Amino acid sequence: MMKGHLYYPGCTLKTKASDYETSAMKVMERLGEPLVEMDDWYCCGAVQSLAEDDIMHQIAPIRTMCCAQEQGEDEIVTLCDMCYNVLRQANDRMKEKEDDLETMNEFLDEDPDYKGGVEVYHLFHVLQDLEDEIKDAVTNPLEDLVVAPYYGCMLLRPDNVAIDETEDPEIMEDLLGLLGVKVLENPKRTECCGSYHTVNRSDIVEKRVEDIVSNASKEGAEAIVLSCPLCQFNLDFHQRATGFDIPVFYVTELMALAFGLDIEMKNHKIDPRTLLKEKGILE
Amino acid sequence: MTPDEENEEVEMVEIFVMGKRYNVPKGLTIMTALEYAGYKFTRGCGCRGGFCGACSTVFRTEDEYKLRMDLACQTAVEDGMFLVQLPFMPAVREDYDIEEVDPEEHDNVLLDYYPEVARCVSCNTCTKACPQDIEVMDYVQAALRGDVERTAELSFDCIQCGLCSIRCPADIKHYHMAQMARRIHAKYNQPSSDELAKRVEEIEKGVYEEEMEKLVNMEKEALKKRYDERDIKEEG
Repeated sequence: MMKGHLYYPGCTLKTKASDYETSAMKVMERLGEPLVEMDDWYCCGAVQSLAEDDIMHQIAPIRTMCCAQEQGEDEIVTLCDMCYNVLRQANDRMKEKEDDLETMNEFLDEDPDYKGGVEVYHLFHVLQDLEDEIKDAVTNPLEDLVVAPYYGCMLLRPDNVAIDETEDPEIMEDLLGLLGVKVLENPKRTECCGSYHTVNRSDIVEKRVEDIVSNASKEGAEAIVLSCPLCQFNLDFHQRATGFDIPVFYVTELMALAFGLDIEMKNHKIDPRTLLKEKGILE
Repeated sequence: MTPDEENEEVEMVEIFVMGKRYNVPKGLTIMTALEYAGYKFTRGCGCRGGFCGACSTVFRTEDEYKLRMDLACQTAVEDGMFLVQLPFMPAVREDYDIEEVDPEEHDNVLLDYYPEVARCVSCNTCTKACPQDIEVMDYVQAALRGDVERTAELSFDCIQCGLCSIRCPADIKHYHMAQMARRIHAKYNQPSSDELAKRVEEIEKGVYEEEMEKLVNMEKEALKKRYDERDIKEEG
């Protein structure tokens, strides 16, 4: 077994959400639990197909499971909420439905069969078990910063893949507490950001974003924290139309700042540097 | 040929070209077997050496349910083979100005020009179709995550036959997209070659015209001799 965790990046982490990947890599290295990218991996498909008879759209996630299996590993860790959700649902389906696994393996044909022995985890699962290590790593507690945690959908729905209580999650609040920030109660933290409507119905996304951001702002939030690249894009990019300018951080960016690590923060539409300088977190 | 060889019976195999039965000598390539059967190639035949990608063939044998694909000039006929030639792929190739496709200026330049790449479901049918044994699905996946270099390197042996694209359930234009990736990689990531620029300049000035004229006008035998005796200088 390898040291650290077998890491499945997903396509967005290599492009629009590179800030999330680089900060997570640095943070996990510092915690002594490095993320090691898989030798081979495939796009998860980005949307979980709900059709009962649609095996075609389960192939991509299961190929990635096969990659882990062929590397001799039985766990993969994702950073992206969407990838986590899609991989986990496809993987669970193969574990639960023997017929589907058989159909899949018949299709995979020349490739090795998937034996169903790989588990899918999100970074939060790993961080949950590292409380002491995180406390030890915090050199610059972010004491003056007021943040609203935001989960969105993919970490919590459907409830069989939820990383925490679907209606009342605390996993992110607990983690942020270790960094010294003031964590707000955010009643809108499990609402949908508008998701892929961003492609052709930005009016819907803007409505969702306004609802989420205006509530956080009313509570006194100076920043929003999350882990989903699509939520980050929607809350960050579409805020312009709502008149707010609250920076939207990946949770690992705040961890990196609290650990005293340098990060780039180049994917942000609302530049977080102004706030971080105000708070004395950046010089 | 000795008289013995002349009398030796040639083993024949039965093939079906577009459904019509022919008996052809065993051991021929599909291309020569077609010519043996009386077909004449005016298109769909190029180098005859497995490099140009012009002679795609689709076939299966009688006891198979799967279609196989390969190059007609590189594949031997088998008994009971059903086959057809696909000399041209009408797949869309996007226009672009090489000066405007700097990967640093785009989130994902390949996806900007070939957005259907995002429809890949990882079925791997493209890879199975490839006569060059390229990991086609893997380079499509590399393109999807914006990795121009990996797309260029994995697709390096592509001969543009187009069989990947004709099999793809997502209508991806693998080979055109990958060619774009290789051009971008060469233009923006690879070091430029001063020697090449110098040589092009020499050619344009006509430095080699006299020498070329001599070669063109040489007798065949003399040219062969000259080729065999040519001086190959070590690099550097």
